Parts: sequence; C-alpha cells; structure tokens
Amino acid sequence: MEQTKNYEHWKIDQDPQGIVWVTFDRHDSKVNTLGKETLEELKSIVDQLPPTAKGVVFQSGKSSGFVAGADITEFENITSEKDALDFVTRAKSIFNAIEKLPITTVALINGFCLGGGYEFALACDYRIALDDPSVRIGLPEVKLGIIPGWGGTVRLPRLIGVLNAMNIILPGSAVDAYKAKKLGMVDDITRTEHLLKRAAVFYINTKPPKHQPSFFQKLLSHNLLRSFVASRLTQSVAKKAPREHYPAPYLVIENWQRDGAQSDDAMEHESKAISELFFHPSTASLVRAFLLQSYLKEQGKKLLTPIQHIHVIGAGTMGGDIASWCALIGYQVTLQDRTEEQIAPAIKRAYALYQKKLKQPRLIQAAMDRLMPDIKGHGVKQADVIIEAIFENLEVKNSLYKSLEQSMKSTAILATNTSSLPLEELSVGLKNPERLVGIHFFNPVSLMQLVEVVRGENTNDDTYNQALGFVTKIKRLPLPVKSSPGFLVNRILMPYLLEAIQLVDEGVAPVSIDKAATNFGMPMGPVELADTVGLDICLSVGEILSHHFSVHIPEILRTRINEKKLGRKTGQGFYQYRDGKPVVVPLYQNAEVPTNLTDRIILPLINEAVRCWREGIVSEEDFIDAGLIYGTGFAPFRGGPMRYIQTEGAENILQRLETLAKECGERFTPDAGWQKLIKNSTKTSKKISETTH
Amino acid sequence: MTNKAGYLRNVYIIDGTRTPFLKARGEPGPFSASDLAVNAGRELLARLPFSPTEIGEVILGCVSPSDTEANIARIVALRLGCGKSVPAWTVQRNCASAMQALDSAALDIASGRHDIVLAGGTEAMSRAPLIWNQKATQWFAGLANARKPIDKLAKIAEFRFNFLNPIISILNGLTDPVVGISMRHTAENLAARFAITREEMDLFSLRSNERVAKAQAAGLFSEMIPMIGSNGKQYNYDDGVRPDTTIEKLKTLKPFFDKKFGQITPGNSSQITDGAALVVLASEEAVKRYNLPVMGRIVDCQWGALEPEQMGLGPVFAATPIIKRHQLTLDDIAYWEINEAFAAQVIACVRAWESEEFCQQELGLSKAFGKIDENRLNVDGGAVAMGHPVGASGARIVLHLLNVLKRNNAKTGMAAICIGGGQGGAMLIESL
Repeated sequence: MEQTKNYEHWKIDQDPQGIVWVTFDRHDSKVNTLGKETLEELKSIVDQLPPTAKGVVFQSGKSSGFVAGADITEFENITSEKDALDFVTRAKSIFNAIEKLPITTVALINGFCLGGGYEFALACDYRIALDDPSVRIGLPEVKLGIIPGWGGTVRLPRLIGVLNAMNIILPGSAVDAYKAKKLGMVDDITRTEHLLKRAAVFYINTKPPKHQPSFFQKLLSHNLLRSFVASRLTQSVAKKAPREHYPAPYLVIENWQRDGAQSDDAMEHESKAISELFFHPSTASLVRAFLLQSYLKEQGKKLLTPIQHIHVIGAGTMGGDIASWCALIGYQVTLQDRTEEQIAPAIKRAYALYQKKLKQPRLIQAAMDRLMPDIKGHGVKQADVIIEAIFENLEVKNSLYKSLEQSMKSTAILATNTSSLPLEELSVGLKNPERLVGIHFFNPVSLMQLVEVVRGENTNDDTYNQALGFVTKIKRLPLPVKSSPGFLVNRILMPYLLEAIQLVDEGVAPVSIDKAATNFGMPMGPVELADTVGLDICLSVGEILSHHFSVHIPEILRTRINEKKLGRKTGQGFYQYRDGKPVVVPLYQNAEVPTNLTDRIILPLINEAVRCWREGIVSEEDFIDAGLIYGTGFAPFRGGPMRYIQTEGAENILQRLETLAKECGERFTPDAGWQKLIKNSTKTSKKISETTH
Repeated sequence: MTNKAGYLRNVYIIDGTRTPFLKARGEPGPFSASDLAVNAGRELLARLPFSPTEIGEVILGCVSPSDTEANIARIVALRLGCGKSVPAWTVQRNCASAMQALDSAALDIASGRHDIVLAGGTEAMSRAPLIWNQKATQWFAGLANARKPIDKLAKIAEFRFNFLNPIISILNGLTDPVVGISMRHTAENLAARFAITREEMDLFSLRSNERVAKAQAAGLFSEMIPMIGSNGKQYNYDDGVRPDTTIEKLKTLKPFFDKKFGQITPGNSSQITDGAALVVLASEEAVKRYNLPVMGRIVDCQWGALEPEQMGLGPVFAATPIIKRHQLTLDDIAYWEINEAFAAQVIACVRAWESEEFCQQELGLSKAFGKIDENRLNVDGGAVAMGHPVGASGARIVLHLLNVLKRNNAKTGMAAICIGGGQGGAMLIESL
C-alpha cells in the first residue's frame, strides 16, 4: 500500500485497487473521540483525497472501537451559543462533504460507535459492523441533555424510518451489531476483522442499493401523518422525562415534525437546537454526571495483581448476586455457603440474569460454568479477591476471617460487604489486618452501578488500590469512602427515607410524598423506595445509624413491621403490591403536593450530605454527587446534592433548613458544615474538569 | 518400576468425583452429558493443587453424546477451564466407556506420555434423541432435491403420517445390532443357563436397594458432588433408589422382555439414568511435583470378549486373565464391584466362578475359582438401585471401590463390568 501525507491522528493508505483506507487512531488516547483537532484533520483528508481514489474506507486503529463519540472534555470550551453553533456547523460541514463525495464511502465499525462516531458513519454511503459482543452502536446524546447535532437526527430517520430512529435517539440507546443490522443502522455484519475488510471492498466494487426505510416507516413521515406521529412520540417521552428537565428529546421530535428529516432546514434546525441545549441548566449537570463516571473509574487504575478468581462467602441476596455478577463479567467464581440449599436460589437468580443479559445459550452456559457452588470452600486458596457477605455478626466474622487468612493467597485481598460493622473491629485477630477492605454493594447488584470501597484504619494502599481496581474490573463504579457508620450513600439516604415515613405518620398520603420526590427528579419516591428496600432493613439501618448520630425513627415504621408489613417482599408496606407493583399507582400522578413538602424530604438529605462533607467521609465533594447519582439515582440533571446546593445557593438552603427546624423539629437543624461551605463557596465552584485531568 | 501388567510407571489414582445419578423420568433430564461432567469435574479440579491447564489429556467415555456434543471430552475440557492447549478425546466401548477412558489414561501415564490425566465418563441417557424413521428421512431428502415447484408439490403429497413415528434411539442402543436381541434378552439367557430364579434376582435387587439406601444414609458416597439446576432445583442424591421397596413389590412387576414367561423386570434391571464420574490419574513425578494426595493405584486392566448373547458374563472373561496373571486367589481380593446391569447377570458371574466345570472349560482354570462372598461384592449396592449411565458407570465402580477399600483398610479390589455386544472389562486396583 502507498502511504500519503502524515497526520497526527489518522493514517491514510491507498491500496493497489485504488481504495483509500483512512484509519482513525487518536495518538493521545486509548479511545477514538472526535474533537476540534481530529475533525480538522479529517477535513483536510477529505479535501485532499487522491484523484485516483476509487472509494474510501473509514476504519479505526483501536480495538476499543470505531469512534466513541464527540470529545466531551472539549465541551467546556464552548462558552456561548455562538461557540456551540460554530463547533456544530463546522463538524456538520465536514460530514456533509463526506456525504457528497462522488466516490463510494464505507465505515467499518468495531467496538463502540456512539454519538458523533455514529453520525460520522451515517455520513458514509455504507456501514459495516463487526458481529461481536463488544460492538455498541447508537446515539446516546439525549442522556447528556443534548441531541445528536452532527446530522444524526436527520440522517437516521432518513435511513431507517422515524419510529426506528426515534427508538434510538429519544432514549439515547445503543444496540448490538445484530440489532443494528436488523434495524438498518448498518448494512451488513461479519464475524471477523478480515471479512470486515473484504466486505468494504465488496461494497465499493459492487455499490449495492443503499438502505431504505420500509414502506410503512416512509408512510409515517408523510406530511399528513407527521403531526399525529409526533404527538404520539411526545406522549411516550413525557411518561419518562419531563420537558422542564429533559428538553432534548422534545426538540428532536419537533424538528422532525417540522422538517421531516429531509431538507437543509432540518440540518440547520438541528444545529440550532443543540446549541441552545448546551446552555440548558440540565445539560451541564448531565455532562458532569457522565464525567464523574469516568472519574470514579479512574480510581480503579492502580490494580496491582491481575484478578482471575473471586470467592464469595454467603449466598444470600447480596453474596449470591455479587457472585453471579462477577461470573457474568467473565471471572471464575466460587460461591460458598453452608449447604446447597442456601446456594440454590442464587444459582437460579444467576441463570435468570444471564438469560436476560447474555441471551445466547452458549454464553449463558459459559457463565453458569464459571459460577461454582463451593460448600467446602475450595475457592479460598485460589481466589484473588475473597468477598464475605454473611449475616452481620462480629464474632462469626472474626473467626471466619482468621480461618480464611490461613489459606488465602498472599496476594489476595479480603473484602467485606458489611454495611454496619466497623472494619477496625472486624480486623481484630487478623495477622495482617491491612488486607481487609470494605466493598459495599447495593441491591440489586446488577442494576446499581455504584460500589462503596471502604478504607479502614488498617487497610493499606495495596489492598485499597486492589479493591478499587477490582470494582472497576467488574464494570461497577468504585466510590472511595472512609470507614464510618453507613458510609456515604446509606447515611445520606436514610434521613430522606425516614422523613418521608415521618410524613406518612403525620397523615400525608404516600402518593403525595412520592410525587414530590419524582417531580424533584428522583427515579422513585422515598415511600415506595422504603417499601422496595424492605421496612425491616430500613429500620435496622436506621437503628445502626442511631447509635452514632441523632436519627429520628418514626413510630409508624415499627408499627408496620410489627404487623409484618415489610414492603414489596410481603405484598404490603406503605403501599399494597400486586404482582410486585403498587396498586395505588393511578393516584400517583394526580396527588396534590402540599407546599414545602419537597423541602421536607429533600433537605434532610442535603443537610446530611453537608455533614458527610464536613466529616470527610469522602475526600472530594465530587464523590458525594457521584455517590448519590449512581448509588441512589439522585436526579442526575440536578447534578447531585452538592451541585444542587451550588445551584440554589448555600445561604438560601440554610435559611430554608432553619425555617424547617423551627416548624418541624431539631432534626432539621443545619449542620455546622454549612458555614464552612458558605465561606468556601468560591473554592467549591471548582470544575470537575480540573479534577479529572 | 515395571509391574506385572507391564506398566513402565506407576499409575496413581489421585482423586475422583461423580454427580448424583439421576433416573430418567420419561423426559429429557435437567443436565446434558457435558453439563454432568462439568459439574463433577469443576469441584474435582478446584480441590486439587494444580491448574486445569497443567493436565496432559482429558479422556471421557460417552456412548451417545448429543448432536451438539461431538468429541464431548474436548467440550468438557474447555468448559472446565483446561484451556486451548489441553487435548481431549472421547472413547466408546458401550457400557464400559468410562473404564476404557481410565485404561487409556493409565497407559498414557504408564508410558510416560502424560503426568496428569483427567478421565472418566458421562451420559445423559434421558436425552437420547428421537430419530426420524428411514421413510421420513428419504421423504425429506426427496423434498430437498425437488427443484421445480410441481415436483415439490408432488413430494409433499407423498407425506404419510407414519413418517412422524420416531425411532427411540435408546431402544436401538440397548439392542445388540449383530445378533438382534435386547440386553434384557441376554440376561434371560444367563438366568436360564445358571438356573437363576426370579426370586433370587428380586432378592438381589432388594439387597442392592437396601445397600444403596443405607450407604446414602451413612454418607458413604462421599465421591458424589451435589448439583444445582439452573432453575434452582437441588440434586443431592442418587434418586433412582427405592428404599421402601419390598420383595412383595418386586414380585408384582411384569417382565418386560417376555411378558408371559420372562423373569427380567424393571425391578431387577439397572435403570436408564444420567450421570458422570471423573477421576484424576497421575504419575509419581506429578505426585511429587504438586504434592498430590494419593488414594490408590491402578494395578492392571483387561478386556475380554464372548458371545453377544451371553454378554452379562463379560466380567468373568475380563477379570480371570488378571487373576491368572497376578496368581490371585479369592482371598487376595478384598472387595469386588461388578456393575449391576441386571441382577441375573451379576449372579451368573458369581455362579460361573463358583462352577468347577465353567472354570475349567471356559476359563482354563484347573479348578473352581470359588464363591465371592456377598459381603465383599457391591457392598454399597449398585446399578440395579442407582442406575447405569452407560458412559459413566465404569469410572463410578472403580472410584467407589477405592473408597470402600480405604474405608475398610483393605488393599486390593477388582472392578468389573459387562459390555453390550459381548465383552467385559476388569480393573485391578490397590488402595494406598
């Protein structure tokens, strides 16, 4: 092959057939993303294609994927709507130039092909993807509060029809290669990289007809039907995301309704919409939430010893689900408990999880093979990570750890999933107490991304880094926290749950309380959440915390527990459940919200967040926000409790707390941290970007 | 060291496990043959100090793996995490496939080719497929070859409902293809030849069930590893055993080969069963290198053959040459495991060795070998009670015999098994 000009991030080769192979390989990152620099290079490549070129193939030089999207870290350079419009328009003009090339263009997709990366691919004549589980193709922009702005909202509906396209764009979805082929998002899929290249040559040589939406999908885009289709789409979005906080999907629908994804106007309206959205208050928070995710992942970068085998002791809900999750990711897992009877339900749940996640029988079987019931504890001596998830009893755990210490590998770490016993007491009697670390998962393990990694007084750096690394390896987000009762998430969440229950005690309808919370942006109301967690668990966590902090436990909580109404699991708690769903749901949306109700439930949470910040439960403010967003689903568009304080103003919230303290009791008394927070307010406006780089 | 069998190196039995033996209940069982072997094998490998990737070879017996389990040994090896570099092959010697696997593994160790071999067998008899009959197969082929639509239509018109009558492959598998008689028929032949009464067979079966039940209660099947199905169901014991059966109940069962005049009933035959049994064999070098526990060693192995119609006497024809080679007397062998394909067949073996005439004429012995003490034969019951997964039984009896020897501080044991088609296999082992 003949190599032409040199670029920083791109490699150009022309093969003897005259096909130009353009390989994207960002030299400063493991992942390909499109930013100013890479786009400008792409522009010059497109402008200077050799006249002999027969076709162009765009491919990635990274095994991680084609293009993961736009470079989000560059968003902070966009300081005005005009900046945004310029940035978007420039990229769009490059993609338009690719689309207008007289020669055939093909995008070869491996790994991640998301957002701007897929919009790049959409500008090509054909897209061919590797049929591999690592492939994810989609347009996730909406999750960041923006919309696909490089032609995605126009080209995708044009390619695959409005309903298929909106199913991708509106929820910000990504699909695997097979699904992408089925939808027409890619023209073909192949099983190997070698065949991928042959496919590109085939498409350039034969130029098969381009993909078209089905007749039905085309019909829906007809002028006469568009407004009807748009109104149905709007209705379905409104069920999930209120316009006030998530305007992006609504703008996509409106633009489509107006322009039908056909004219140049459509492209212009798209640019205008995304430029506006850059400055919607939700966007900055959502982008930050996304960056916080990468920031948490970075905590796990110091893995010392490679991990192959995980041994979990205790096959209850948590232990069983931790074990099945680790096996799902690909680790060898042994799951120990006293008898098969204890382990059997965990195996059943694992199988259900694998069926849902893996689908293919071959992959399900492999995951099941990796998850071995281990009554006799053979796994202890082989494991790199031992996770204890047995019932909370100090003496039992102490003696278990002592016996484990004798047979575990010298490089292995010992982790406890305890939520209530201090690491310092648990490590008593260990020869090497520095090997004990807390790895605190949330229920359900397969849905909750966050894992608190707890550092005890004795935990050493090696153990701690290994634990953080392990959590990252199993595709969870590690949150470094200090060993302190309730750690971060449960401690901040409890005052919110208990205040909601207190309100029920005072006679406020659970639906009203929950509606206030969901209006605020919580994924589930606190009363329903308490029912879901289990009222007995709420009480026990509350009581544990009450040994250390002042915690107000409402009487009605004990009453319900005495009546054996423990929540969802018993079919009744504060709600009644039928088939696992609250039967009072219809009221859910209509209940009146009494004034002040939102503050009464949200501010105890905010106040506790400030207390944790003052006590240094986590080393950085960002960790509080990350913990609450990824550990509880705290309204992501609000950016977490600390960000919320920043938005509302610390002094303002302090005042509201003082009022509540007067009206409702001392539990609302503002923490001493507020004064410090107000003093530091200039420092606390530090941007996340400074901490991630 | 060269022993009498000609082994250049000692062949040690390190450890072994098996699944519970699960009776086929008229529908495909919960585990495929490879699932069964993986369940037994992963516990076995987890408790041994070497990595699965350090195994030299995996050899498994399996009579009928499913259509998706060709060379099932390789599938099992990969599923057990032995990695791409460990070779594996599957052996088939009908009912003795697992014993054949042990023999092949022993030769690999003895010859110095390998130091550690994982061997055994697996069978999911409940999953034996239904097969399209010959007419249906021809019809499908004709349909596929029909080019023009009119030909296709003509072919479709030729369809007959009896095409849907499947062949039950397991029934074919249990029929001798050369002499065309079923395995039960061979047992009837032996009953007649050795004048074994129905009552003797039923009493034997009753005792087998009692022994299995007693051993289960006492936890004597320590080589068995419980399994958990993907639906969360537990399989903790050999579920074919009938601990509450009585001689009266056994008497009422109808013979299934010859309903009017026969004697072989489901009660005094082994059951159609799913199960797997695996054993790790190792050389002296491997034992030293990994500091492996040693249960015992394989001293010798022998295969014999006879008329297919008499296949149940196979153990006699296989074990006798070993007895001769090592100049063993009845007293030298502390415990026996003779696989119980049929009660009549085991009784016939005992009678054959007891008979001077048989020993002289058929076995070339100068006198009768003697009567095997029933308290030293199948002391924890056998296949009549717990089932006979054909690909696995050979390894199960060797492994369990070793456990029996160790439990009783005894040294030498003989495991023998009859083989459909008119063969027998025997393995002489020693506990260490």
